[in-house]
Amino acid sequence: MIEAQINEWRSYVSRGRAIDAADVSELEDHLRSQVADLVKSGLSDEEAFLIGVKRLGQLDGLSHEFAREHSERLWKRLMVPDAAKDGGDWRREVGVAIACAIAAGAAVKLPELFGVSMQAPDADWFYVPNLSFFTLPFLTAFFVWKRGVSNATRMGLAAFFLVGALAINLMPFVQGGHTHQLAALHLPIALWLTVGIAYAGGAWRDQDQRMNYVRFTGEWFIYYVLIALGGGVLMATTMFVFQAIGLDPEKFMQTWIIPCCAAGAVVIAGMLVEAKQSVIENMAPVLTYIFTPLFTLLLLVFLGTTVVTGSGIDMKRESLIGFDLLLVLVVGLLLYAISARDLNKPAGFFDVLQFVLVICALLVDALALWAILARIGAFGFSPNKVAALGENLILVANLGWSAVLYWRFLTKRAAFAPLERWQTAFLPVYAAWAWLVVLIFPVVFRFV
Amino acid sequence: MDIGKDLVAASATPLVLAILAEGESYGYAILKRVSELSGGELQWTDGMLYPVLHRLERDGLVKASWGESESGRRRKYYQLTKAGTAELEAQKKQWQIVNKALRATPFHSK
Repeated sequence: MIEAQINEWRSYVSRGRAIDAADVSELEDHLRSQVADLVKSGLSDEEAFLIGVKRLGQLDGLSHEFAREHSERLWKRLMVPDAAKDGGDWRREVGVAIACAIAAGAAVKLPELFGVSMQAPDADWFYVPNLSFFTLPFLTAFFVWKRGVSNATRMGLAAFFLVGALAINLMPFVQGGHTHQLAALHLPIALWLTVGIAYAGGAWRDQDQRMNYVRFTGEWFIYYVLIALGGGVLMATTMFVFQAIGLDPEKFMQTWIIPCCAAGAVVIAGMLVEAKQSVIENMAPVLTYIFTPLFTLLLLVFLGTTVVTGSGIDMKRESLIGFDLLLVLVVGLLLYAISARDLNKPAGFFDVLQFVLVICALLVDALALWAILARIGAFGFSPNKVAALGENLILVANLGWSAVLYWRFLTKRAAFAPLERWQTAFLPVYAAWAWLVVLIFPVVFRFV
Repeated sequence: MDIGKDLVAASATPLVLAILAEGESYGYAILKRVSELSGGELQWTDGMLYPVLHRLERDGLVKASWGESESGRRRKYYQLTKAGTAELEAQKKQWQIVNKALRATPFHSK
């Protein structure tokens, strides 16, 4: 009885952000001593517990006192996992990650051994489509090691990478043609989702794992950008100090340091996200909360303007891609808002905002689709148009059903969970489409 | 009698140091000793003592170590350091000065 109460109290106190586990143990010892004394003086267990807790002070006041003394704990620290508990594991993990990162950096320079120089005039048509292969296999290797995935999964992962590599390099593309560009653009998406299989430790059917991979992706991207910014400062400083002694390191930097570090950072960013997932609040949802209202406003104003001025959308060649990106953004905002949501919370203002955002995006896209269909009718199909159209339809399907689910949730006819399920269930569709563009499109459009 | 918040805060450091000067101790025992020494007139909220102890620990005035209670529970013991002893001496002088000054005023004779 009293044990259960003390356990409950423990978990309650642990929630105070400035109170760590050692503090809780200390306070628990205090509480137990107090309770024992009060019981000795004739109180019942329950009375003693109540008085003891009351004397310890309300949690708010207690946290406040602790926060004043330990303000640094409010800024949770990234690089200090509980050293005493899992120091060895952590060091091994960092070691493996660094090894993978170095391998990625070396992989960038590997083609030069076979005479494919980065400086060659058409080098871009080798390096850009193959970008994924200098980085993602090593990130995958890190997760394969960390999650200890089964041999069958390893074979599957290898097969995906092999198929991608063979397709992009051996199919008879017109170099720089439409299908080549499209394949180069979609291969990283297809392979990134493949990394997800390793991330989930092979359990890619698990919806929760899929959501975790979505979270990982957002955090990874933010970390990568931050590392790139730091790297930029480092590069600029290096240039400056070497130029001061009359050397120009620019060429060395461009052919060695920048490409190798950019590849290695992919793995390092992944390792950092893994290390901190339990330590720090996720960043992507925070950005979502900032930008959802702004995008909603933008779309509302845009819709209002089209209605008032009556001007249709003038679809140029690239316009549909632009609208695809808009839908991708809205799906992203939706996805990351969902990723951080407490599924049991009732609908709030932000949910209404999300719903309005989705509806607006669908309306704007309907205007765009109307215009593009007219254009396709007049000028026929091209790989770019088909790809853009296909993507548009996929995203509309996602957002359309999301809108329905959101409406049911807002009108209290359903829970929130189906919306999350719908989003995670949709991820393989993106993968399938990306592989389709990489593998089937070139054949259908005769490699132009 | 209720003692003002500021005075409680100001007197916490010398009291805790002085109690630890009697020997190693832990949170709950320190509180009991405070109440005992003041004849029950000084009542601290229990939770407030620990931040004070942690501050003293950070400043190097006391040293903490984990031990066990009589019933085998984990318990954090505090011990005065050399710097703590010196600080206690300094605080004692300061309090004597304040005390002496107050005694010399009409504040005392009332």
